Amino acid sequence: MKRFAALFTAIDQTTRTTAKVAALADYFRTAPDDDKIWTIALFSGRRPKRAVTTTRLRDWAAEIAGVPLWLFEDSYSIVGDLAETIALVLPPAASVSDDSLSYWINLLRDLSQAEDEARKTAVLRAWDRLDTTERLVFNKLLTGGFRMGVSQKLMTRALAQATGKPEAELAHRLMGDWSPDSTGFAELIEADDPAADLSRPYPFCLAYGVDDLASLGPVTDWQAEWKWDGIRAQVIARGGKLFVWSRGEELITDRFPELARLAADLPDGTVLDGELVAWDGSAPMPFAVLQKRITRKTVPKKLLAEAPVILLAYDVLEHEGRDLRADPLATRRARLDSLLQTLPPDSPLRPSPLIAAPDWETLAHHRADAREMKAEGLMIKRLSSPYHVGRKRGDWWKWKLAPLTVDAVMIYAQSGHGRRANLFTDFTFAVWQGNDLVPFTKAYSGLTDAEFAEITRWVRRNTLQRYGPVRQVTPHHVFEIAFEGIQLSPRHKSGIALRFPRMLRWRQDKTVDQADSLDHLREMLAQYG
Amino acid sequence: MNGTSMAAPVLTLTERGLYCAAGDFFIDPWRPVDRALITHGHADHARSGHRRYLCTDACMPVMRHRLGEITGETVGYGETRQIGDATVSFHPAGHVPGSAQIRVEVAGEVWVVSGDYKTEADGLCETFQPVRCHTFISECTFGLPVFRWQPQAEVAAEINQWWATNKAEGRTSLLMAYSLGKAQRVLHLLDPEIGPILTHAAVENTNAVLRAQGLPLPDTIRITPELDRKAYPGALIVAPPSVLGSAWARRFGPLSTGFASGWMQMRGVRRRRAADRGFVISDHADWAGLLGAIKDTGAQSLFLTHGYTEIFTRYLREAGYDAHVLATEFGGEDTDDSTAAHAAQGEDAA
Ligand SMILES: [Zn+2]
Ligand SMILES: [Zn+2]
Repeated sequence: MKRFAALFTAIDQTTRTTAKVAALADYFRTAPDDDKIWTIALFSGRRPKRAVTTTRLRDWAAEIAGVPLWLFEDSYSIVGDLAETIALVLPPAASVSDDSLSYWINLLRDLSQAEDEARKTAVLRAWDRLDTTERLVFNKLLTGGFRMGVSQKLMTRALAQATGKPEAELAHRLMGDWSPDSTGFAELIEADDPAADLSRPYPFCLAYGVDDLASLGPVTDWQAEWKWDGIRAQVIARGGKLFVWSRGEELITDRFPELARLAADLPDGTVLDGELVAWDGSAPMPFAVLQKRITRKTVPKKLLAEAPVILLAYDVLEHEGRDLRADPLATRRARLDSLLQTLPPDSPLRPSPLIAAPDWETLAHHRADAREMKAEGLMIKRLSSPYHVGRKRGDWWKWKLAPLTVDAVMIYAQSGHGRRANLFTDFTFAVWQGNDLVPFTKAYSGLTDAEFAEITRWVRRNTLQRYGPVRQVTPHHVFEIAFEGIQLSPRHKSGIALRFPRMLRWRQDKTVDQADSLDHLREMLAQYG
Repeated sequence: MNGTSMAAPVLTLTERGLYCAAGDFFIDPWRPVDRALITHGHADHARSGHRRYLCTDACMPVMRHRLGEITGETVGYGETRQIGDATVSFHPAGHVPGSAQIRVEVAGEVWVVSGDYKTEADGLCETFQPVRCHTFISECTFGLPVFRWQPQAEVAAEINQWWATNKAEGRTSLLMAYSLGKAQRVLHLLDPEIGPILTHAAVENTNAVLRAQGLPLPDTIRITPELDRKAYPGALIVAPPSVLGSAWARRFGPLSTGFASGWMQMRGVRRRRAADRGFVISDHADWAGLLGAIKDTGAQSLFLTHGYTEIFTRYLREAGYDAHVLATEFGGEDTDDSTAAHAAQGEDAA
């Protein structure tokens, strides 16, 4: 564990990406294969099965630390990380251990079959042989929440540096259904793999935001599309196989089994760029529906039926094995349209429609309808432009709708987690219903650290009641809350739920009676929900 | 009913701060008063504008340095003074050089105001001494069981190792520490064999005051606008946290940044600081230090200020103490809760 804990520390102790990658690459050069394969597994979201419930862990930690459970819980709510809280409250270890990462993971695996008493004995014994950082790592393995500020992409880059293999090939090797139990490092990383080339995506072309369209010249030079609120993806059909890549260059093919048929429907050597959306037959469903799909690696049948996903395609990057990216957009779009025409009507692949407009003003009117179209705004792309690598100013623009806003009163405050553990940052907001303030949303971002510090001081002086970590405060401060969408929600007292709520401005110029009402929100719901 | 709760309180909380009616004086008041007894020189305890000050001999030079010409007297540790009907004395708090707990006795009833304190001896400031009392007004900046400081020698080794590694990699080390107390503490821990030690003016000015009192600090080089910044490869710079990310810091070429504070115990807070390294070193007592200090006073009646006061108070009540949150406005607009305010500025509670 010492070597892995040292890696954890090295990654944790620097803010420089290059240093993180270097530390990982160094680890991959020197660690034993058993540890390497587990490290790869951990960084690509494959964890050992959870052997112990967090409830039991809390009980045991509080017991060993000699503190009441409520104090442990309060500490946890301030630290914001269970594994870390446990590591910190435990008394110093009595001895040290030279056992490896894979030793501890195997120990955890054996625990899942053990009786509660035996589990407790094993966990307590482990805690007593590990130092604070090793404990933190061990607890993270126990609780399953393994995130170290290193994406799978960075891990792949480090692996590339350590092995000399190309990153894209490694990304492909790491995809799919392998497990460190059955697959060794040599087999996964080093054995020959002619299939890697087949899956390789192109770098995505990215857009900048724009407000002033007049500066773009005549509208006839441009193509407009809806800006969908889904997952940007490349769909690749090569060698009779289908690959789906997210913009984060994550291979997500397995999560969208309904797209599998495209391997047969599309001509071999096709690469499309588009947006994955949950589709109700005629329009995208709210992002929340798609969200349920993203988080699962395997999809239950019921969910597949409730939230079927399609690709709304807006570009073709490769056709019959030929790279089209240098062709003008107008040519690529024509190619895309003729390609999609050959597909059966129930295909999970549709063209993202073009929006025709004789002038910018008309286009602005279309943009105003975006919310009703379940879109976030418009994409404006130059008809003569190639498909660029990455973000390049000038040819692709996103023209988003302004967010919806409401003025609301802060009524509860709670301290933040992690980064903001000692500031009040999580607030509950209310609007008026007659003479009452009805809570309707929480928000915890949008202010500067200095503003949070100021509010924190105010909260401490204006607390009316404490409910555990939550403080009810004097209704006094008005905030402008921005959000991207509004939905009916029987689970909430107010009957509504907001999407992406955040604090846009602290309206120190407004008094509480100038805050908005629940009726105002209901009107918004009727219009955009 | 015990005698303590029947007696008139020795100190009461007023709008201006903790007040002793028997002696007509205040302790660490946050608004101007006639007579102020000051525990230590940090800004949320020692404010300007009082007519007369009383503090320890070792505290006064720093107070004058920070507050300008003030009128007042000093006392040695343990020396008693009669003020009206109150007998007062100052006792080492181990927080920063010159810092004190203030003992106030009125008609046999003894209260102690801890100011800020640290129980571990650091080899630099006067070591904390427990003072028996009936009522103890204690800070609890780090009053959670997750705060447990490693021995100072271990942190010293970490800092020196970091410095040596940076030097080997051609980087300058920038160690951020609050200019009164923490800066001198880390200076004292540095191994001058590794390389030159440079100091920001705010730190060096305080160093000068403390050196004049005989504090053993290593040799340092003051950073002035004229200083040739390329002439000290592999140097370590001690500077206040405000320089992080500033143009001032960038002029030293490739840097590795470190932050010395008890808050660095929490990974989340460390990441907010966006420094490369966090060194867990505090001028305040950790959880065990607080509990030990409270026990050693023998006090049954407790008032808690600074930090996680509600949580800590609840714990003490369950442990059988008559404990209360003292809703101080330490720092007035600045630090009613020094943990939040100081942490927001990246400083330990002063
Ligand atoms: Zn202080
Ligand atoms: Zn203080």
